[in-house]
Amino acid sequence: MGIKTTILLAALAFTHLILLFAGFFAPYDPTAQDRELPYAPPTHLHCRNASGFHLRPFVYAWTSPPAGAQPDDYQENYREDRSREFPLQFCVRGASYKVLGVFKTDVHLFGTTEPGKLSLLGTDSYGRDEFSRLLFGGQISVAAGIAATGIALLIGSIFGLIAGYYGGWTDESLMGVTELFLSLPWLYFLLGVRAFLPLHLSTVRTFFLLTGVIGLIGWARPARLVRGLVLSSRHRNYVLSARGFGGSDFYIVRRHILPEVAGVLLTQASLLIPRYIAAEVTLSFFGLGVNEPAPTWGNMLSTLQQYNVLVSYGWLLAPAAALIVTSVLYSSLADVIHRG
Amino acid sequence: MKLIARLTLQVCLLAAACFGAAPAPEAAQPGEELARMPDVSGRYGGHLTIGQRSEPKTLNPVTVTDAVSREVIGRLMGDLIEINRSSQQTEPALAKSWKISPDGRVFTLQLRKGIRFSDGQPFNADDVVFSFNVYMDEAVDSPQRDLLIINGKPIVVTKLDQYSVRFTLPRPYAAAERLFDGLAMLPKHLLEKPYREGHFAQAWSLNAQANEIAGLGPFRLKQYVPGQRIVVERNPYYWKVDHENQRLPYLDELVFLFVGTEDAQVMRFEAGETDIISRLSSENYNLLSREKSRAGSQLADMGPSLEYNFLLFNLNDLSGKKLEVVSGKQAWFRDLKFRQAISAAVDRDSIVRLVYGTRGAALWGNVGPGNKLWINQAIPHPSRSVETARQLLKSAGYSWNSAGQLVDSGGHSVEFSIITSSSNSQRVKMATLLQDDLSHLGMQVHLVPLEFRAMIDRIFQSFDYDAAIMGLGGGDADPNPEMNVWSATGTSHLWHLGETQPATAWERELDQLMQQQMVTLDYAKRKQLYDRAQQLIAENLPFIFLGTPNILAGANARVGNFHPAILDPYTLWNADELYVRGPAIERAGIR
Repeated sequence: MGIKTTILLAALAFTHLILLFAGFFAPYDPTAQDRELPYAPPTHLHCRNASGFHLRPFVYAWTSPPAGAQPDDYQENYREDRSREFPLQFCVRGASYKVLGVFKTDVHLFGTTEPGKLSLLGTDSYGRDEFSRLLFGGQISVAAGIAATGIALLIGSIFGLIAGYYGGWTDESLMGVTELFLSLPWLYFLLGVRAFLPLHLSTVRTFFLLTGVIGLIGWARPARLVRGLVLSSRHRNYVLSARGFGGSDFYIVRRHILPEVAGVLLTQASLLIPRYIAAEVTLSFFGLGVNEPAPTWGNMLSTLQQYNVLVSYGWLLAPAAALIVTSVLYSSLADVIHRG
Repeated sequence: MKLIARLTLQVCLLAAACFGAAPAPEAAQPGEELARMPDVSGRYGGHLTIGQRSEPKTLNPVTVTDAVSREVIGRLMGDLIEINRSSQQTEPALAKSWKISPDGRVFTLQLRKGIRFSDGQPFNADDVVFSFNVYMDEAVDSPQRDLLIINGKPIVVTKLDQYSVRFTLPRPYAAAERLFDGLAMLPKHLLEKPYREGHFAQAWSLNAQANEIAGLGPFRLKQYVPGQRIVVERNPYYWKVDHENQRLPYLDELVFLFVGTEDAQVMRFEAGETDIISRLSSENYNLLSREKSRAGSQLADMGPSLEYNFLLFNLNDLSGKKLEVVSGKQAWFRDLKFRQAISAAVDRDSIVRLVYGTRGAALWGNVGPGNKLWINQAIPHPSRSVETARQLLKSAGYSWNSAGQLVDSGGHSVEFSIITSSSNSQRVKMATLLQDDLSHLGMQVHLVPLEFRAMIDRIFQSFDYDAAIMGLGGGDADPNPEMNVWSATGTSHLWHLGETQPATAWERELDQLMQQQMVTLDYAKRKQLYDRAQQLIAENLPFIFLGTPNILAGANARVGNFHPAILDPYTLWNADELYVRGPAIERAGIR
């Protein structure tokens, strides 16, 4: 295992650990609004003040905005109040949360004392801490992306394998089904699904719904891809000889054809995961996504669809950056596995 | 080379087609009764571009239903009596004067003599009678038909002579002259044939040729390019003149560009590609006012609009519908104290600050501070109090369990969902704030943004919802357009649709008040009735009023006479007076 692979695996493990223990790493409750601080820019950590350098970083609170200020004119509103310093503290008590959904605790890795605010990535339009939302949102989004990809690839490869391996009318009818799925008017399907379901769904049920719907919509393309690969490898000499030796279909698929397809499936997975994380934005529009106040990268990104937000509050792009990092990690992983 | 030459030629032709010479205003004819606007001055020439969110669907003023089409059609058509968007009062338009009989039932209108449609054909009483026949014809199915059928009886329109028309109403109708605004006068010579042949609804579609359409508005159709733009040019026969007796409009052309979303409108405006922008959200308004590079634009904050946004509970009669879950919750929603508690817990100041960026106003009733003529100033504006809300809930038999959740007297925890349109980010924001506010009362509120049509279907058809955030109003300052919301049988009586008679005593009183104000001609008496109606609404909270946005608009610095109003169409109502600042454009034979 090369050094690059080690670094990659470490980075992946680190990312997922942080997301898994979001409550501990996030300083605030992701749903807590602070209506006095909408669109606050990221807090600066300072190490130096009038009396010199300090080993323990500190932050300043924001001055209260001048009378008559527009709340979204953050450049005018948010000025640091230099009169008082709030040191960065570790293992502080704050909002309570559950570790892995089981143990209840209120210890956070870092924080500061009120009225100091430690918003590493600023706040959103309700004054909610963007950093905390990013971590909690990542829990749902990454899990949903992986699960939906898993479903799409599982269904897709089963259908693709069967179609490609057996050929003939099986192939034609199965590929007919994929064409049907590719050409379905999904918009109306989604509206129909929404009308059929009860109005409110718990986050857990929404999660399963999301993964189910995305997987169901997404399986057709991988199926066609796999089918093509299987079709070409079916006539390779090693497959023909294995068949000559009396190998069963299952044996041949498992030993000779699946390894051929695996690489492509992994590459597909690394492409689909970030795409499916973003797909949640679309589903939210139909009321099928995870709803406020619970954060996901998808619904956090959806506010960026508004032009003024996009050009005014750069820190709200954080979920996009997180999405890019995640997808780079996954595609590198696929690359590493592919090359053995 | 040949190709390039051909392309260049095409581009030139296109440019010529877009901004080619507009017809010069016709000289006044003897006996032509023009309307003189003594305060209006400007200069001739040039064109202005307006970005539209979508493409118009029709140019037919009778069957039009969408705002975008209306924005264009309104520039092409004229009406008998107009509501001045700035003063909110009626003023003479195609009718130079009118008389009302003492019982308020008979209106006699004198038409301007000698004025012509945009194709040069004369306008007279026959066109008026024809237009009203079309509007009131059931087969044409105009959305304005309901306004003209009073108590199930149509208004009777009689031609007295070539330039006077009598309107007989089946019963007195307050502010009836306001009805005439928005009813375009149609050219009988062009539209009688399609009407007689029964395909009026198909007439004046977007495919119509420019010479098939004529109106009495300041502009006439020049060109429609599907997917791109509609160009309208000066109507050389328009019937208004400025202080120097120069025939309006000043502009050669008005170009409506189809740009898509509100954001696209903002970007085009920022880039200087469009000249006028209306219905701006506060965020975009602040963005534009921050934009230092465009110091040259004029932005206008016209103050609170007439729209009201509210939280609505489902109080519909659900018997016979399989909606046990919703009907189980209706016991809470029907409880006035429950609604009062919610109203007390709503942080309206936060809505104004966070949703409207302070460019809006909090509301406690259906008439907001923008409607100076009709607002009941006596309606109290209690400030937010979670304590009061809790007291109210306690006195209504609610309590809190160990987890802090609100439970009703039967031990059920109070949990409901709020639906709203997912494309309206302001209302989604309101709902998110509300959700947090109500969590302080121990209520578990779920936010369900739905696609717009799906939401409308639930509110108007299936009744499958608990609560919703919606907005209404904004059309006219007069109470009459509110009839369909507050009278029990109204089509927008949202909290309880399809009532045959009022369900409660206060609703009965409200219903009577609304009916009475409609037939009361005296303003002071009518105001008294409407004040009482507002009071009843504020006390009984069928809607929990939240807030109203300010009307925000902007124009390029070169646009003259830019006077946006809080009534629709906010910026283009005086399109005939708009002009392009700059060096005077020489034009022979204008006077």
